[in-house]
Order: sequence, then structure tokens, then C-alpha cells
Amino acid sequence: MKPTVTLARKGHESSVTPDDPRVPVSMTVNGGVRNMTVEPRTTLLDALRDGLGLTGTKKACDRGECGACTVHVDGRRILSCMTLAAMQDGKHITTIEGLEPDGNLHPIQSAFIEHDGFQCGFCTSGQIMSAVAMIEEVKAGWPSAATADVTSQVTAADLSRAEIRERMSGNLCRCACYPNIVDAVAEAAGRN
Amino acid sequence: MHPFMLSTVDEPAGAIAAHARDPELAFIAGGTDLIGLMKDRAARPERLLDINKLPDMARIETLPDGGLRIGALARMSDVAADAEVCRRFPVIAEALLFSASGQLRNMASMGGNIMQRTRCAYFRDEDDPPCNKRRPGSGCSARPGLNRNHAIFGWSEACVATNPSDVAVALAVLDATVVVQGPAGERAIPFADFHRLPGDTPERDNALGRGDLIVSIEVPAGAEGRASHYLKIRDRQSYEFALVSAAAAVATEGGRIRSARLALGGVAHKPWRLTSAEGALHGARLDDLETLRSAIARSFTEARPLAHNVFKIDLAQRVALRALQIAGGRA
Repeated sequence: MKPTVTLARKGHESSVTPDDPRVPVSMTVNGGVRNMTVEPRTTLLDALRDGLGLTGTKKACDRGECGACTVHVDGRRILSCMTLAAMQDGKHITTIEGLEPDGNLHPIQSAFIEHDGFQCGFCTSGQIMSAVAMIEEVKAGWPSAATADVTSQVTAADLSRAEIRERMSGNLCRCACYPNIVDAVAEAAGRN
Repeated sequence: MHPFMLSTVDEPAGAIAAHARDPELAFIAGGTDLIGLMKDRAARPERLLDINKLPDMARIETLPDGGLRIGALARMSDVAADAEVCRRFPVIAEALLFSASGQLRNMASMGGNIMQRTRCAYFRDEDDPPCNKRRPGSGCSARPGLNRNHAIFGWSEACVATNPSDVAVALAVLDATVVVQGPAGERAIPFADFHRLPGDTPERDNALGRGDLIVSIEVPAGAEGRASHYLKIRDRQSYEFALVSAAAAVATEGGRIRSARLALGGVAHKPWRLTSAEGALHGARLDDLETLRSAIARSFTEARPLAHNVFKIDLAQRVALRALQIAGGRA
């Protein structure tokens, strides 16, 4: 049975009783504050899709294995299927819908189109959200399992194809568009 | 998922008291293991207590004696990207970077990582086949079943599962301690004693009891930290649990091993230290392959493979040797 999600009509009121375990949560989603009342078992993914109608974030494995549900929480890429909506109070969430607020595609989105980085498109929003945050991780100097030596400093110039494949390995594509996805990410990272 | 209540706590004493008095309550931090277990019906807590707001528990800091303290709420990605961790304890950074995916590492806490439960497919199966870890007394499906991924050391007839954590193997080799606050105060559990062998009670993974809260993991200073390495072998190149992994940490003197520490992942219910090999490696030259090989072999006389994982005995010895050589190259 799917948990229920309702949008709070006005403000926040705590209504936790043994009969009604629902909890209020206030998140900033794509720049706007959204107040909701959710059952504790509601994942962030279900709250975004069913509560807020933001269906760009996809539900595929629902087990933290495929990456289709990737969104940003406070600027970091996470899996929205593996966290509870009620734990996001006060957080800033960005979904694929929030990536191009002024009507212009994000450079990664353009690069996916140019490089044909998808076929069916189901994993694409997760791929793009993952890539956007991944490039920021590289800029921050984060190493990866493909980094030759973790004891030396990582720079954006180190973002080889092997690095991209490793850093994007949490996003599966059943159409196997991987070569084109790597091309798209490499070009977009270079443009940055 | 089943319905449950959720509340938050902002001071450790409240968390400890709530956990101690309520057997149906579970802490939640990153949630990346617990939520999966709940979805697979392998965990059914009635109440969750969100501990993410506990203060000062996400810090990564160097101790006055040069040791490292990792707060239990520090995220895997923050620890793996920490410049001091990378420089002074590369085995920790490598073990973390070879775990999970970028998204999961941003979510998962270090305390939760070392508490994660086995990936044995029978344990995780929501169809609920016999599994003593999931349902004590129901039997073990893996013992007569598909056990390619299972243990070769320390298993019992009740359970042949392995511990899936990579960083636990690194922490075991560095002789870390798990700092726990509980109803009776604070205590430090040596890493070797933190995880349990299955015995007759495989439902218990570790030494924690009701009311116990991991607050930090402490890693002692030592020359071995710097000359350390984590090597992981798996069926896919990325985003997969270990078939076999090895953590090695070495101190040398005049080209000879003064102290070598080795631990394996993917072979037992806990990180498996190769203590016999460690003793035999003392004084060996790092380029003397025959001596290194025979020293490592000493720890495998007690190996007991299952029907489908005999290959792990050779593989684990080769992985241990290579990890030792790479760690030695950093000495």
C-alpha cells in the first residue's frame, strides 16, 4: 500500500498522535518553500512525485541500486528512494525540474541531447542530476576509485573518461547509452 | 514499507534512553541500509529515531597524539575526501571510494556503515526463505544453497554470511576502536571485538546492545597508516560488493617488514585479520615473494570453503599479497 501524502493548506501544525502518525515537513524545492504532511514511511521520491507532482524524478528499482531517483539535497546528489521525506525538514531540494529555471537548458542537458545520451529516457533525469553534482565534487577535489593515487590532489583536469565512468557508476542505463553519456558529461565538464 | 512512527532527537542522552527502554525503536542516520531492510521486510521497527541532529557527531578531526577521530554521523564521502585521511590513512579513503556509489556515499554515515547487515541474498529476500539471521531458528538457506559469495572463515552451520562493509576491513587493519555511549556510560570497543562471528546467534551482528549509540570511530596514529592500501575484487568493476578484498598496512625498516597488518573482506561474518600471517611476515623483505606468499598461506590452514566458493582461498591469498606489496610501496 502506498503511503499517503497531503499538502498542508496552511503553515505547520504538528499532528502526531498514535492514530495519526503523519508528520509535517517543510522543504525548499526548486527554490520554493513547500509545506507537506507525510506519513513517516513516505520516501522523498514518493513525496516529490505523488505529493508535489514533480514526476521528472523517476522511480525504477526503489532499492538504491539504479540511480534513476537522483536529486540534490543541499547541493549534494543523493538517492531520493532511500531517504524519508520527513527527514528533509529545512533542506533544499533540487530536482530535474529545477535545473533550468529560466527556460534555458542546463549545459549538461544540452550535452545529453547533442551526444544522444539516452534512448528510452527513463534514467536520464537521474543521470543528469548525478552528473551536475559529480562535476562539482571533482571541482572540490574529491578523489574517486579511479583516482590513481588518493594521496595526491585531484583537479578538474583529472576528469578522464575512466574517472567519469567510475563517478557515474551509480546511474544505470538499461539502453546502455554509456559511451554517449560519457561523451556528454566529458564535454559539459570541459565547457565548465 | 510497513507503517512506523518517526521522531527526532537533539541530544545523545535522550537517544540512548529512548533506545534502551524501547526494543521496537531503531536509530536512523543515513538510512541507506535500514530503509532497504525495511523495504525487504528484514527490519520492522515500530519507531524510528532520527539522530542526524545530534551535535558534534559529524566531525573528522586529528587527535593531539596524531590519531584520527571520525564522528559517527560523518558521511562516507566527507571522510573519503578529507585531505588528512587521504594522506595519512589512504586505506580508509580507498575502502570508502570503492564502496557503493557517489550518491550513497553522500548519504551513508560512518556509524551506520559499520552496522550494515549482510548482503546474503537469502537474508535480503522478501519472500522470507529460511534464514537464522532474519528469523532465528528457521535454518540457513545458503549453507546447502548458492554460497559463492559466502564465508570461508569463521562460519557456523547456523550462518555462512559475510559482512559487506569495505571500510570496516580498513578500520580493522588499523586497530581502530568504536566509541560507544550507552546506559552505563562511554566505552571503547576494539575493532576486532565489534563484529561477531555467527555461532548460534547470527541475528546479532555486533557487540552493541540496547541503548548503545556509536559516537565516533578512533584510529590510532602509527607509521602503518600511511603505508596502507585497500584492494577490492568484485564481479563488476564498480558499484558492487566485494567478492574478496584486502586491507594492508605496513611499517618497514631497512627494506624489511617491521610490522605488517592484513585483513580480508568478503570472507567472514566480520573483517578477518590474518594474524598468523602478520607474525610470519615480521622481518621479511617486501621483494621476497616466496616468503610473503608462504607467510600469508599460514592464515589459510583454517579456511573452510563452502560448495561454491573454493576459489576464494586462492583469490584471497593473491589479493592479500598484492595489497601488501602496494602498501609496502608507500612505506
